[in-house]
Amino acid sequence: NPQRVVSLLHKAWALYSVTPLFRFSRARLQNYARLLRVQIGAELDIKVVLSSVPDLRGSQQDQAAILVELSQRSQGSPRSSEDKLVWSGWFCSVCGDELSENMPEDFACLPLFLTNGAETYTAIVGNWFQKTFDCCFRRLSVSPLNLSWMAAMWTGCSVDKAASALELVFSVPRLPHSLDISYAIHPEDAKALWDTVQTTPGEITQEEVDVFMDCLYSHFHRHFKIHLSAATLVKVSTSIASLHCDGILKILQSQYISGVLMLLTELAISQIK
Amino acid sequence: MQRRRISMTPKHQKGQTDLSSWRKGGTTDPEKSLKILQFADGEKNESQEVSLEQALNYFANERGRVLLNKSSVLQKHLAAVETIGLQQGLPPEGFEILLSVALSGRFVDAVNTRLLKSLIPASEIPQSSVITAVSWLCVSKCSDNVQLLFIKWLITVFDFIDCKEQLRALYGYFFSLLQDDRMCPYVSHLLYLLTRKENVKPFRVRRLLDLQAKTGMQSHLQALLSLYKLFRPELVTITLPGKMKTYFRNSDGPWKAAINAVRQRKQQPSPLFQTLFLSTSQPRSRKRKWNVQLVIPASSANTNHLGGNRGKSLDLNCQKVSFPVEQLQTFPQFLQNIHQLELPAQMASVLTNPLLLHYMNCVKDESIYLRLYYWMGQMLQEECTWCVADNSNEEEFKSFLETIYKTECFLQEGFCASAEFLCNCLPLWDGCCCRSQILGLVSWIPPSIFSEIGSQLYDPLAQLFFTSSLYFKCSVLESLKELLQNWLNCNAVHLESELNSSNTTLSGLVNLVAQLIHFVGWISTAALRLEHNSMFLMFFILNFYETVCDMYLEYKLPLLILPPAGVFYTALLSMDSVTLNQLCYIMYRYRTNLVAAKENERSKKKILQFKFSNRTYQEYNQYITAMVGCLWTSRVFQKDIHPQGLRMDDELLEKTAVKEFKSSFNVVHHPAMMCYSVDFLKQAYPDDTTYNFKLIKGKKWDWYLQYLYAQGLNGLKVFIESSINRISLRKAENEEA
Repeated sequence: NPQRVVSLLHKAWALYSVTPLFRFSRARLQNYARLLRVQIGAELDIKVVLSSVPDLRGSQQDQAAILVELSQRSQGSPRSSEDKLVWSGWFCSVCGDELSENMPEDFACLPLFLTNGAETYTAIVGNWFQKTFDCCFRRLSVSPLNLSWMAAMWTGCSVDKAASALELVFSVPRLPHSLDISYAIHPEDAKALWDTVQTTPGEITQEEVDVFMDCLYSHFHRHFKIHLSAATLVKVSTSIASLHCDGILKILQSQYISGVLMLLTELAISQIK
Repeated sequence: MQRRRISMTPKHQKGQTDLSSWRKGGTTDPEKSLKILQFADGEKNESQEVSLEQALNYFANERGRVLLNKSSVLQKHLAAVETIGLQQGLPPEGFEILLSVALSGRFVDAVNTRLLKSLIPASEIPQSSVITAVSWLCVSKCSDNVQLLFIKWLITVFDFIDCKEQLRALYGYFFSLLQDDRMCPYVSHLLYLLTRKENVKPFRVRRLLDLQAKTGMQSHLQALLSLYKLFRPELVTITLPGKMKTYFRNSDGPWKAAINAVRQRKQQPSPLFQTLFLSTSQPRSRKRKWNVQLVIPASSANTNHLGGNRGKSLDLNCQKVSFPVEQLQTFPQFLQNIHQLELPAQMASVLTNPLLLHYMNCVKDESIYLRLYYWMGQMLQEECTWCVADNSNEEEFKSFLETIYKTECFLQEGFCASAEFLCNCLPLWDGCCCRSQILGLVSWIPPSIFSEIGSQLYDPLAQLFFTSSLYFKCSVLESLKELLQNWLNCNAVHLESELNSSNTTLSGLVNLVAQLIHFVGWISTAALRLEHNSMFLMFFILNFYETVCDMYLEYKLPLLILPPAGVFYTALLSMDSVTLNQLCYIMYRYRTNLVAAKENERSKKKILQFKFSNRTYQEYNQYITAMVGCLWTSRVFQKDIHPQGLRMDDELLEKTAVKEFKSSFNVVHHPAMMCYSVDFLKQAYPDDTTYNFKLIKGKKWDWYLQYLYAQGLNGLKVFIESSINRISLRKAENEEA
């Protein structure tokens, strides 16, 4: 059902890493939905649906993604089929072979968790999963190094529609008032720069990323006399996706959903190991 | 249950309504006039605030029926409780006393109401205080209004009660309160919060339906029925009308605002409200998190895995009956039910449950280890106070590390997760935070993991070691000694259990142990110089070598490593007898081990067939020559052949202007032994005030040695008896023979 996967676009997702789930059974999704419903409380009119989305995976070794949706029945007539989606969460694994390789049968490896909606619901759902499947959720934090990799990789991707600028947001430490510097580069210029840096198509090395970033830094320095390399990179926005160091993601292009999630799965696994 | 209604005496009522008259101040209240006098005196300021402790004491001890208008003391204490409650919230210990007072009818209703209204929790409410309060409720000593107010309060602060198991056990009692019309809405709300699947019984459903038939469709009864229907749809067959927005009237009363105010004043949300309120965090600062809390969960089994039918629970052996883990209390119980044990939902709960730890020891279930491994790894990474920025919860983390350490001691083996954590966090560690816990965890790193991460541990440890205080150095040496012992014990167990232990693991362990011992030798030598040969430090170093010297005989590990010269000679020439004694003992044990190895080699025993290299024997001989030459034959300066030894030319020694330099380090003249020889001389020649050490020779030398042995210098004794072949003794033996 490609419709489902497309719902990932254009929303701000909070990212978590999840340790393997113990005795999670796909046959019991309805059961889990019912138990989760009780957890939320009978007072609020929330409908809980858990579904399996086999489209969202990288390789055959990956488990199919699990989608948890909380919707509120509309206030109007009880027969109305319009339910407002108040919260959704995705458990997924895209090319997460590193984790699932030697995992015993009892464990389900879905290391990446994306959530959109009120944090109160995230807390309730997360706590229930932690208690039921003995797993551990941790907010995914992305280091400046990884963010610069994302910047380089996503700049190199071609988009058919009009691309938006490459924007890098830096935070300057140790000032009495926090200072954020936002540096926006025309997408075609950025892509041109990257094309000159990258030597082998399909392969990216650390040196190439460093060169790319250094070019951007020195350009900035020439104009503003500020060394951005001393500041901390906190957010990267491209026409493909945007990622914040606190683990907030927005995907903007449907054909790159898998690619972006693959990178994030890798980050999630490194946080678990 | 019949409930007595208290009839209020007219006198009582008058007291209740007379507050205002007191305030007018027209009466000549002797207590009040006294107060004015004292205030004028300025000695004791009555208007000073009463501390909470004083107020609680007062309420706990006040026996008589005190009338509000007559007692300013009561007013004062009541006001104290109110102000503290509304400003900061009451500490957990206050609730027991105040609830008992409020519900026991000792004071008038006005006091009780004011007390109940000021019961704002600062952190949490102990369950026992609520149970006590409910027991007072049973005897109905207080008025109906107060009882109602108590139920309302209970509903408001429900989430603050630390544990609700006993409260849930009282479900039947609360259910019986439904018959009172006034209490019914609030009791329903309370039941709504307390209900679990097992509380839904057919007779309760019938009761609710009866009530509904009597009083009509009430929203609170509907709420309870719909909850019952959710748990047991087969029991509640009536159709409940649609969806209601609010089932319960807002019974928060005056507490909600006060609780919020207290919380805001603290400027951090209480951990229990974490899940209910969005955190107000600044960008990039640490949010109060719902997902990672350093709370080790209670052992409770997971009913969610069992689907709809609770009755049939299948365990590993597919037996129908399984023993719920919450009921596991005693060891015999554990033994009986070991095959039917229902494992807890969150494996982390084994850390505080010794019975489940036994289970972990016996059952080699990979999933158990994996679950615990992931949880522990994530917790340690997330909560490490020096690895994660903005994390200042040191006490919590410290007790968490302590728990892990105790569990490792219980299981007698280390966790992979904690070893990996140490590998990551030691380079960033400052050596102060959670020191004893971290060093404790270091001593449990399993050899298999250490072989991978060893180099990553040695460097930061050495750095910290050299730049830290004497006590830190000693702590590190102690923990490295324990690490060595744990490895050796582990190896000894393996040798016993597997007769054909693979050669690779044994040689791997030998290499690891050798590496560790050389590391300790290196840092000890440097440390002795840094700390100016501190006796305290030397004690710990020699303690380590006491374990090392006996590795062959005690632990069956074919390895013998002597202490480095920097340690040996410093100990030999130390100024205190404890060190010298310890060194003698160690050298004796080395000798015993070497002799045993030679014998085993000769007798060609299958096990322990191992030959120590000639170099080891040579090294030992060098040391022993130096030692004997030093302590016994007074020839150390000539005979010592060790490259870092004491060999010195006579001309150099004469420059020191010491007269009898040759014998200056034997058992009589050694600075460490000086006190003993002086003592001996005093006893042997009580009149002689010049301490002529030359008198100790021949027979007196023997007596002196006996005297030393009697003083507890056991190490010296075994050393001399084993390493020194005395001609006079041999003669004596021959004579006897």
